[in-house]
Amino acid sequence: MDTAESTFTPPPGQAELVAALQAGDEQAFASLVDELGPSLLRVARMYVSSRAVAEEVVQETWLGVISGIGRFEGRSSLKTWIFRILTNRAKTRGEREGRSLPFSSLGGDGEGDDDGPTVDADRFHDSGRYAGHWTSAPSRWSELPESRLVGKETIGVAQAAIDALPESQRTVITLRDVDGWSSEEVRNVLGLSESNQRVLLHRARAKVRRALDSYLEGDPT
Amino acid sequence: MTSIWQRIRGRDEPELACVELVELVTDYLEGALDDRDRSRFEQHIDGCDGCANYVEQMRVTITVVGRIEEDDLSVEARTELLAAFRGWSRG
Repeated sequence: MDTAESTFTPPPGQAELVAALQAGDEQAFASLVDELGPSLLRVARMYVSSRAVAEEVVQETWLGVISGIGRFEGRSSLKTWIFRILTNRAKTRGEREGRSLPFSSLGGDGEGDDDGPTVDADRFHDSGRYAGHWTSAPSRWSELPESRLVGKETIGVAQAAIDALPESQRTVITLRDVDGWSSEEVRNVLGLSESNQRVLLHRARAKVRRALDSYLEGDPT
Repeated sequence: MTSIWQRIRGRDEPELACVELVELVTDYLEGALDDRDRSRFEQHIDGCDGCANYVEQMRVTITVVGRIEEDDLSVEARTELLAAFRGWSRG
């Protein structure tokens, strides 16, 4: 057992949840399935070729949870345990499909050939007294009406921008900002270093910001 | 005028350029900057509307992304799982 697990303190409510699952509380199981389902699918998608296969892997994972919950001793977080089952199964499926492991192409800086600046260089002066400063400053989004800022269409633009991201960036931003995971949870489940996780998140958020910027301002950047 | 100490330390509080700040925004929001870099960052946005707006745009971006509804398991898959759980709990 590694030291991280031996000093592990379960999150509040975990012991009760585990006890409920072990006692066969279907309601508790159903809400866990609903809570973790989307993230499980998201992570499984990184390892396998299609949504259909990912859904099968998630099914197998839950069956693994059902058969293993009786022996779960709470020495790690329930979530980490479930995702470990998922990644083990997903890796096996991915290997069978001849896919390479996610993140295997990551360089030290996060994402292979995708390492340019996150804001177009022409937004900044490249020489003179104002070198490195904005040529045209970003505008204040807080002046836009709230209904536009978080309206359905705006959210759709963000969704489309995320869909267009490379897989590893898409997974990190989804787990962090859609599902609300902590950076530690993301690092544990995806096996990423702190700096790689941050670089992927940075690139992903910057691209989504850019898409929102074009949409909100009709700005071509 | 620079003091002798600033000249000796050379790079004492060099000013952050906007083009550099935009690449530090995630480190800043994640609390990953050390004290010195955090204070340079904050000093810069206190005096630069463009960068202050950029940081605000990033925060809004995070909020908007937080409103996205994730793709869920199919209803059939969910029903099947609940049945499997029921089967298990009844032994």
